[in-house]
Amino acid sequence: MSEPLFSRKNLKLLSDPINDSNPITVQVLGICSALAVTAQLKPSVVMALSVVAVMALSNVIISLLRNTIPNRIRIIVQLVVIASLVILVDQVLKAFVYDVSKQLSVFVGLIITNCIIMGRLEAFALGNRPWQSFLDGVGNAAGYGVILIIVGFARELFGSGSIYGFQIIPDSWYIANGGFYENNGMMILPPMALITVGIIIWVQRSKNRKLIED
Amino acid sequence: MENLINIFIKSIFIENMVFAYFLGMCSYLAVSKTVKTATGLGIAVIFVLGITVPVNFLIENYILQEGALTWISPAFASVDLSFLSFILFIAVIASMVQLVEMVVEKFAPVLYSQLGIFLPLIAVNCAILGGSLFMQQKAFLNIGEASTYGIGSGVGWFLAIVGIAAIREKIQYSNVPAPLRGLGITFIVTGLMGLAFMGFMGIKL
Repeated sequence: MSEPLFSRKNLKLLSDPINDSNPITVQVLGICSALAVTAQLKPSVVMALSVVAVMALSNVIISLLRNTIPNRIRIIVQLVVIASLVILVDQVLKAFVYDVSKQLSVFVGLIITNCIIMGRLEAFALGNRPWQSFLDGVGNAAGYGVILIIVGFARELFGSGSIYGFQIIPDSWYIANGGFYENNGMMILPPMALITVGIIIWVQRSKNRKLIED
Repeated sequence: MENLINIFIKSIFIENMVFAYFLGMCSYLAVSKTVKTATGLGIAVIFVLGITVPVNFLIENYILQEGALTWISPAFASVDLSFLSFILFIAVIASMVQLVEMVVEKFAPVLYSQLGIFLPLIAVNCAILGGSLFMQQKAFLNIGEASTYGIGSGVGWFLAIVGIAAIREKIQYSNVPAPLRGLGITFIVTGLMGLAFMGFMGIKL
């Protein structure tokens, strides 16, 4: 380990997935469990943090074990490691933020089959040292979390007029109180999550033209 | 019987895996470029969901739930293993997929060559694990209801992926704004399809 812990190459592992190789908008991984929880900001933040924890730890564990895992059974080993970490996260959520855990319902369990985690274990942790794998895990989970939080922010603001549970739009604006404003109920419905992500992709690719597909 | 039909219709249209819960989106987006491959994957999903949901139902009811172990000895009445459900469900799914693959290869080689590469992919498809977790949450009464739910969700997923594949084949001839091409427009079209499926929400069963 002659390399400093935060060399430029290592920092790139952390920052790349947030924009250029974002897991959701560019690599198309892990959309499964992402969108259903974004109707409000709070569950989105909790979900993002859970994924950061599972992802960073599973990357480190697999990276530590990488020379001892027989190649043929690696998938099942990875699944067991991920599933155990998810059980831990699930129990912690149930103990400390029970209401959010109820709201997330099955989607905490679905972190197991979140393709970002499997994908990064396969593509990165199996061939790299623990510290690099840790950074890669945190970076990718953060890229995932950023999208989740943007979507949650937009949907909660326009759908319920609040952010993180605090009301933002003044009461007097609402039609019921003689104002002009009404919440857009459609934003809370599932299809709008997809359309919001579609728009994020549109904005990102028009800024970053090398990502455009033909 | 009426109850089973209700569960079936509900899991296909009203609680569609893709449009209502976004499950199985990864393979949904990756394998929906042509109708032919989409059909193959869709059938494989129906198949695997129809098997894993009832199997996990049995595991849930005879091993995991609180008091489920009483068939071994009444002393186990207070044992609650439900915290192990994630790890057991995923193990069952991974091994069932492997088993299904071998059985299909042996007895239906034509089907096997059609499903081919899709079967192993399915082990990490979130729609499959999602099916089992929803089964656990809905607390079905008997194995008939659980199997109906599994097959119904599979059919719903099949409809969704074949629909999007057909739209994507057509959309190649349209002039989509460059940054939206490919992934972006697929998301938006899925959203619009989801809005259409929301029309079924009013149905009370």
